[in-house]
Order: sequence, then C-alpha cells, then structure tokens
Amino acid sequence: MLHEQESSTGAQESYRIAVFGGCYNNYLALQATIDDARRRSAQAIYCLGDMGGFGPHPDRIFPILWENEVMCMQGNYDHSIGNRLADCACGYTDPRDNYYAQISYDYTLANTSDRYKDWLRALPAGIQLELAHRRILMVHGSPRRVNEFLWESTTPEPFLAKLFNDYDADMILCTHTGIHWQRRLPDGRCIVNVGAIGRPPNDGQTTVWYALLTIDPGHSRVESELLPVAYDYERLAYEMRQEQLPEEFVETILTGWWTTCLEILPAKERARGRF
Amino acid sequence: MSTSRPEVRHTLKMAQPVIVSPDPPELQLDALDTLWFQITGTLCNIACLHCFITCGPKNHQHEMMTVQQVRAALGEARKHGVREYYFTGGEPFLHPDIQELITMTLEQGPLSILTNGILIDDDMAAWLGETFRRSAYSLDLRVSLDGRTAEENDRVRGKGTFKHIIAGIERLARNGINPVITVTEVRSSMGLPAERAAFMECVRGLGLEKPRLKFLTPFLIGREARRTRGYREDELLHDGDLQPGEAQKLQCSSCRMVTDDGVYPCPLLINIPGAKMGETFQDGLRPIKLAWQPCYTCHVYGVTCRT
Repeated sequence: MLHEQESSTGAQESYRIAVFGGCYNNYLALQATIDDARRRSAQAIYCLGDMGGFGPHPDRIFPILWENEVMCMQGNYDHSIGNRLADCACGYTDPRDNYYAQISYDYTLANTSDRYKDWLRALPAGIQLELAHRRILMVHGSPRRVNEFLWESTTPEPFLAKLFNDYDADMILCTHTGIHWQRRLPDGRCIVNVGAIGRPPNDGQTTVWYALLTIDPGHSRVESELLPVAYDYERLAYEMRQEQLPEEFVETILTGWWTTCLEILPAKERARGRF
Repeated sequence: MSTSRPEVRHTLKMAQPVIVSPDPPELQLDALDTLWFQITGTLCNIACLHCFITCGPKNHQHEMMTVQQVRAALGEARKHGVREYYFTGGEPFLHPDIQELITMTLEQGPLSILTNGILIDDDMAAWLGETFRRSAYSLDLRVSLDGRTAEENDRVRGKGTFKHIIAGIERLARNGINPVITVTEVRSSMGLPAERAAFMECVRGLGLEKPRLKFLTPFLIGREARRTRGYREDELLHDGDLQPGEAQKLQCSSCRMVTDDGVYPCPLLINIPGAKMGETFQDGLRPIKLAWQPCYTCHVYGVTCRT
C-alpha cells in the first residue's frame, strides 16, 4: 500500500526536497543531514526507511525525525523491529553477512522502546508524489520488494524500464543497498538510489550521502543531486565502543571501508572496496 | 503427503529412470529476472563425477548455442526486462565466439559465467579483466573447485585438474578479477564451518584478497547418481509441500534456461524428458510444475544457482 501525498509548490522559485535512507541508528549523521538539507533550502525532507541497525542508541533517532517533521516510510528493518520479528529480513544470502546482521539487529531490537516500535510498525510502505508533472515513487528496496537490492552494476536499463512501466512512475527513489547512484534512461525516466546516511558507502571516506531534488520555478524539470555529509564520526565510533558493538562496525565508521555484509555486493561494487 | 504413486519414466537417454511427482506444486513465473544460457550445451573439456547433466567432451545431448540464438534470446529478454544473465555449460570457454557472446550480453545487463577455469589462459584472463573494468554492468566469474588439495579435487573433477584450475584462478586474480569459488559439497564435512573457513584461507592463498565462496548441494542426477546415489521414490514434491513464502525464494519462480533446442525451467532440468517447456521464449513464460526430483533438493536445502 503506497502512501500518497500532494505537494504544493510555489511557481516563482525552485522547490527542493531532501531524501535520505538507512539511518542505521546514526543519529549524529541524521542531524547533520537535516542541517545540510535546511542550509540548501530543502522545504520537505523524506526518509526511505531503515532507522535502526549498525550504530548505537536506537531511540535517539526518533525525536530528531519527529522534531524535523521528516516524512518517513517503512524499510525492512522497521517492519521487523516494529513487529518484533526475529531478524532484519535484509535479504542477505551468505552466512557471514547474516552473522553480523543478526548482531546489530539483536542490539537494535533490545534497545528500541516499545512506543517507537509501534510507530515503526505503522509507517507506510511507500510514498507517491507528483512534482513537475512527474510521478515520483519512493520505496525502500524496489517498488516490488522492500528488501530487493538495486545496485548500480546489476540494475540494467531494460529491467528499470519494466519497473517504471509496471509501477507507473517517472522517477523512482530507493535506498537499501547503502551505496548511492543514479541513472537517467534515454526517455528521461530516472532512478536515484539515495544511499544511506548511517554508514559511508565503502569508498574510504567518512562522509555519508543523501539526495536533493530541485524542481525548477517553471515546474518543467526535476533535477537530482547526490550530496556528501560530514558528521562527528569519531564521536559515533566512541559511542559504538561504549555500547560494545563489534569493532568491525567501528572500523567502517572510522575508515569508510565496509568490513561486514560484503558478500551481497556485486563484483564491481566489491572491487571498489578494501575488503 | 500424497498417497498416489509417483510415475516412473524409463528413457534411453538417461542412465537412471526419471520419477515424476503425480501431484506436484505449481509455480508461477513472478517475473523473468534471470536468464540462463546453456552456452556450450553439454560439451565440456572435463567430465566431473558429480556433474548433474553428465557433461563431457563427447556429450552432444545439447549442442553449443549459436551467436544468432543468443542474440535472439537477448532481444526477447530485453522486452521482458530481464535483470541478469548466466552462461553455463558444459564449459563456456569452449565456445569459439565466447568473447562476442560476453560482449553482447554485457551491453544489456550483468553476467555471471560458470566455468572450471582451465581454459582461461593469459590472453583470455587479460581480456576478461579489461572487460570487467570497462563494462557498466557487473561481470562475475564463478570457478568450480571441489577440494583444497589435488587429491580432494581431482577425485571428482579428474586427474590433473586441480593445478590447471588453480592456474586459471591465479590468472584471473592477476588481471583484477575476483572470482566466486564454487564448491560442491561432495563430502558431507564440506558444509561444516571449520571446513568452510579452511577453504576461505585456501582461496586467500591463491592471491584473492577478498575471497568469495559459494557452496552448492549436489543434485542426485546425472553422474552424481552413480557416484553416490539417485533420488528415492519418496524424494519428490507434492501439492502443499511448499512453505509460506518459499515460492519466491525458489529460483525457478524468476528464471528460465535457454538451450540450443528450447526453453527449460532451470539449469538442472535440461536432460530430463518432459521438463522442456517449448521451443520459443514465449513457451517459457507459463507456470511450471515442480514435478522433478531435483526440485526436492531445492526445496529441502534452499538451493539457488544464483551467484
């Protein structure tokens, strides 16, 4: 069930929305991303889900989302935590990936308050907007599955065209993989994987990424831009250690290289990382 | 569990009789995400004792696909929004036009090639490395290795194969390709964590700093049925056997196999009489019946042939 919203855009100036995903308990990056989006005049902010996992202190995420009126939808993690399920249902297939995924899931489940769990359970599975006469579909994984990974190197154009046709969309915004990318088809339809703000995208940098969409004053175009955000990653690493989260997770925050959940990566994305 | 008796079909082509479920579950094609090509038919440079389709240098049960056949299937696949492609055989690198086939497929989407690695010489490894770097879509090589020593591996893959497979893997590594080492669990201990960890270290020792491993459960058909045993009559699926949510996890709910002579549900069934879905791409789009013995292994062990 998709959540439909109407947008009201002024005709005289550009309208901007910020879209991010994959908070992974990283409340410091969340605040930094919202601050960055406000500085860039974003008038609305959307979160594509996966509030928990990986980082420390799950409950610190929710007040920031609420105070800043971030419009949220449900990721697979949120569905699992909200329904008190046994695992994150991230869609990993290798035991090594699932081993570390389970550690962060158990921690998040144990440290998320019931009222936040209930809120996660009630989130919509998707959001539809119409901006500049374009049908924009926001999903977590893909339009057809919440935990489908849309990687840049394994999402070919014919498959994308099918998704756009099947789900009646001109633009798809997604997350789930943790690595941002975007592509425009020759017919103008466009996909933006907004990446994740919870951990860096396996590029050896400590920054995290989100997307800013700009609708021109004449409402004829939607431009998307992927933006890096710096935050206090050393403080996050300190707090992760205080919470006794795996040192492998801390290393990723400090170095920008993924150390866990690597087996799900396609060959090209894996080749770009250190491990 | 059904009480009706399975049907036993004896065929001239098969070493073992084919047993068919009398009341199999039906499986819809959710979406055609994955298209397999039996690119070199059943022709292989080696004849592994566990090969479920009995490939070898003289097995012409399925012939090599032509470039035109592959191009036509890619055209159909494009219309259906296929997400990923696989080349298997036999041994794909026996195909005289393998580079052309790889190039045309990678122009349309990501490709995984299942190989024993023996025929990948320096020139081919260099070309694959360059192709991997140049392509927008992912190119994956899956190299089969069934033991950490020559003694273990050669027992099933043939005398002298270990050193040639290792040489192929090392050539790929030197050219920037990080293959997925695919291990068939020909001994039950190979599924244990300690054995898997040892394999990981073995692969790391071959120059692959980011070892990638896939373990596969053997299918009790083809030569494997002679090496160990064939399926029993009760090892079949019946209507109602699938668990909630299982259908989507079975690869045949989103894949088809194209060979030189038609379309099949998956790579396991190309030698099974009756499993062929038809001659054309369209024939492969209808639902399938999980009537065949290998379906039982996919159900029980959750096997997927995907990388």
